[in-house]
Amino acid sequence: MMEAGDSSLLRPSGGPPVAPQMARRVAILGAVALALFAVIFLRLWFLQVLTGDQSRREALDNRVRSLPVAAPRGSILDRNGTPIVENRVATVLTLDPKQLPAKSREDANAWGQAVTAWLEKPRKERGAAPKVPPPATPEVAERYRRLASVLGITAASVNERVVRQLAQLPYANIRVKVDVPSSVRNYLLERQSEFPGVSVDQAYIRRYPGGVGAAQAVGAVGEVSPDQVGSDEFRGVLSGGVVGQEGIERAYDRYLRGADGTRSVTVDAAGRLKGQRVAREVRPGNSLRTTIDAGLQKRGEQALAGALGGAGTAGAFVALDPRDGKVLAIGSAPTFDPAERAKPIATQAEYERRFGEAAGAPLFNRAIGGSYPVGSVFKPVTALAALDAGLATPDTPVSDPGFLKVGEQTFTNAGRQPNGTVSLRRALQVSSDVYFYVLGRDANPVEGQVIQSWARKLGFDRATGIDLPGEAPGTIPDRAWRARQNQRQIDWEKKNGKSCPPDCLYSDKRPWSVGDNIQLSVGQGDVQASPLQVAVAYSALANGGSVVRPHLGAAVETVTGRQVESIEAPPSRKVKMDATARQAILDGLHLSTVDDGTSADVFSDWDQDRFKLYGKTGTAERPPRPDQSWYAAFVNDPARPIVVVATVEDGGFGAESAAPVACSMLAKWYRQDASCAPGGSRTR
Amino acid sequence: MSTPVLSPGAGAPRREGTAGRVGSLALPFDPLLAVAVVGLAVVSLVAIAGSTAEDIPGSPDYFFTRQLIYFLAGGLVALLFWRIDYSRLREIKVLCYGLMIALILLVFALGSVSRGSRRAIDLPFFSFQASELGKILLIVSLSAFAVDMTRRAADRRVTARLLLLGLAPAALVMLQPDLGSALVYVAITLTILMIVGVPWQHFAALGALAAVAVALSLLVLPAAGVNVLHDYQKERLTSFLNPSDVTGTEGYQQNQSRIAIGSGEKTGRGDQATQTRYDFLPEHHTDFIFAVVGERWGFAGAALVLSLYALLIWRGLRILTLSKNLYGALVAGGIVGMFLFQVVVNTGMTVGIMPITGITLPLMSYGGSSLIASMIAVGLLQSIYARGRQAAAGKGRVSPLQ
Repeated sequence: MMEAGDSSLLRPSGGPPVAPQMARRVAILGAVALALFAVIFLRLWFLQVLTGDQSRREALDNRVRSLPVAAPRGSILDRNGTPIVENRVATVLTLDPKQLPAKSREDANAWGQAVTAWLEKPRKERGAAPKVPPPATPEVAERYRRLASVLGITAASVNERVVRQLAQLPYANIRVKVDVPSSVRNYLLERQSEFPGVSVDQAYIRRYPGGVGAAQAVGAVGEVSPDQVGSDEFRGVLSGGVVGQEGIERAYDRYLRGADGTRSVTVDAAGRLKGQRVAREVRPGNSLRTTIDAGLQKRGEQALAGALGGAGTAGAFVALDPRDGKVLAIGSAPTFDPAERAKPIATQAEYERRFGEAAGAPLFNRAIGGSYPVGSVFKPVTALAALDAGLATPDTPVSDPGFLKVGEQTFTNAGRQPNGTVSLRRALQVSSDVYFYVLGRDANPVEGQVIQSWARKLGFDRATGIDLPGEAPGTIPDRAWRARQNQRQIDWEKKNGKSCPPDCLYSDKRPWSVGDNIQLSVGQGDVQASPLQVAVAYSALANGGSVVRPHLGAAVETVTGRQVESIEAPPSRKVKMDATARQAILDGLHLSTVDDGTSADVFSDWDQDRFKLYGKTGTAERPPRPDQSWYAAFVNDPARPIVVVATVEDGGFGAESAAPVACSMLAKWYRQDASCAPGGSRTR
Repeated sequence: MSTPVLSPGAGAPRREGTAGRVGSLALPFDPLLAVAVVGLAVVSLVAIAGSTAEDIPGSPDYFFTRQLIYFLAGGLVALLFWRIDYSRLREIKVLCYGLMIALILLVFALGSVSRGSRRAIDLPFFSFQASELGKILLIVSLSAFAVDMTRRAADRRVTARLLLLGLAPAALVMLQPDLGSALVYVAITLTILMIVGVPWQHFAALGALAAVAVALSLLVLPAAGVNVLHDYQKERLTSFLNPSDVTGTEGYQQNQSRIAIGSGEKTGRGDQATQTRYDFLPEHHTDFIFAVVGERWGFAGAALVLSLYALLIWRGLRILTLSKNLYGALVAGGIVGMFLFQVVVNTGMTVGIMPITGITLPLMSYGGSSLIASMIAVGLLQSIYARGRQAAAGKGRVSPLQ
């Protein structure tokens, strides 16, 4: 206790408690307080009033993020509306980018910029694409490795997916794997601590109900590749988007794709969803109604697979409506299950084993991309040319002793089989090579190379214009072509300083000879054509001269089935055919399916009265390989006309393996119970 | 004679009711101080209700309800302290000081560890943060010691002794480690020293000493391998100097706080406020509650809150001068120093001009210990006011400063 008088600050009891010194100090304290408050006030004024709008923008950037919403892709239907390809909702395993270190994002960003710079360079100067950066830390690498082993993919592919998607959309969840089985999904979700940031999302993936087939024609979808992004074909598709990459899926991608929507999501600091709003509606893709007949397609696939059971190694078939080129069926063997292909494949070696050359290149659509010698199915073209050029009449007799000597060379029938004296009809019926050798020899000196020009008129030597990518134009050899080939060889040798190896693709530097024309007349030599081109030529024969443009697309429909757009494919051109000549050829083609015709035994129980059949076998020589079997046929049924072309590589004679395939398809089309047994004809 | 600072009627204040106040509750109180406190309480409750609705899924009122209970309890405590004569606390100064030291030490023994520091004791209802109550105990005990020593106020040894009494708990709290509270203890001590009349030369010497200490702890000792401050504390103290460096947690918080306050612009974003509601700014209901105010109600709201604090500080200083005795003046001074320091450092931190020190905003930040300690302080101020008015009325005089 102190005495009152001792206090330097206080006046004696009863006086005012505040001494002047203390009052001064209180005033100083007050002044300090005032100054401090003033500083805070000024700072607030600066932050909120002077620069508040900038902070407001930063706050909005903080919480609103734009995320793409995938549009469901349209279905692909057959001509009757049966789905060939549909969508299915699959589980997508995703990774939360917030669970990755900042370095991952920085690396991905740097890589993304490098790729952009790389893509901006002209294609030739690009060099190798920038390398995907490795996982940012050993810990992240370990996480990828764990995740990859559960998902059955490689850690490198997890890393690549993460980097790509981080570069594109740094805040969206990273899709690590699509279509994860529920067992794997549950396993991962139950072990959140071991697999931080793993969650699931949904995606649409393709399914192929009913096993219709047509795998190559239908094609596949896939992630848009870096150099496809921004192209006209895939306008508006962001990296990581799924687009049609092959077949119908690609050709009609812009109808099937729809338009992805955008979801504007409000998130909290942890990235948790706090609210969302549709910024742009998803526009689902439209469906594509195709011309394919699911039943016929299936039958064709089965029949062709059956033909491959024997000597055949590969093959293809095409069925067209000869009136307008609708593709009723189109198949290529060996084939594959598109659903299997859609699944990720662990290694390149596994991919090669299943889809590579060793597996017979099942992805290759031989019906449109195959370049084959066509053999005797070419003969009607030679006949049309010769009759048109006046080299023969339908009734001009030709002696067929089984061979024809031209200069030094001898051209023979198969097995030197003599056919006696034949005219056009009989020559087609028994497939006399000598008859057509004579036409080929006689046509060679004629101005304008009539066989070649007719072949081109009927659709050979150029793409048919089918609505599928990957069509081969084929080759119809003529003088100019041979000269070009020779020149290419000379150029090659000049450039490489050595002579072309024996299997040189170009030429043997010999000039065009009559022998070339003779080979051409029976579809041999340097002739190359696809089954589709043969089908187009036979369609013209069937319909009287209209060269159709084959197509698979029939109509674009909404999800509910309302037609949006009808797909028209007007014929490429009309060819004027002499009626008498055409009739004689048709007669010959019909005869070849009856009596002792080359394919008569295949069609022995065919109802020729109701469905008069026109057909032609072909046996193309492809030394050193075995012969390739061909068959081209049509029925001019007024209601349901059809052209069917089938070919079996290494399948032997035409009647042996290709004709039964065509027969089986025709039987299906007309609901016939034909046996379609392999024929015994040993003719080309 | 009895000490002049204790009025004869201190034990029975009711007898000296001011004119106009009748009955058992007829004890004078400062209405402006009450307005400031109630206003801050309302703003605090509304801000907490709005900003924490999504913090705990399923119970949007969790923090609001608790804060309301704390305020009600704090109000009762304030009433209690208003009713009792603060001067009696002087008699138990040793007990108060000992209790403070004991509580702080108890935290070391029993405390729960939260974010790497041991600050609170888990009681059945809430975790008790001893350093908050310690602030009040320091104020009342240090003021009492100061009163005892005033006769030699100009003596260096007195200054040193008082300083030691104040800095000892500060050092202990710092070891918890709770840098923020330690700084508040220092602020309280310095304010009391200033009010009691320690010569300016002593302060100058102290300033020089502090500068040396800072230099030692931040530069020299770390270089010698002794770390006085934890790395996160150093980061906090330095991150405000370059807030655009948002890589660290501290820089992130300060940057998000700046964005939150700035985005409030003039009149605020109301329920569109997202920075604080969606957790971009952590600790939005505790240390960064001023950012909630700034974002939701803009400059208008932040200025209002600052004005309420200014009112609080002004009333504190006013009460200081009204005190009937030196002890009351020192207690009021300590309380003003505590409030002023906390308000300035906390708001300064949210607007990015002060380092992050973990100091709460008194009467607004969520938290029972801090709130109840603040309410005790308010109750003490009212008590000092009441006794001062009673004494003045009893003498029939009015202070010239009134």
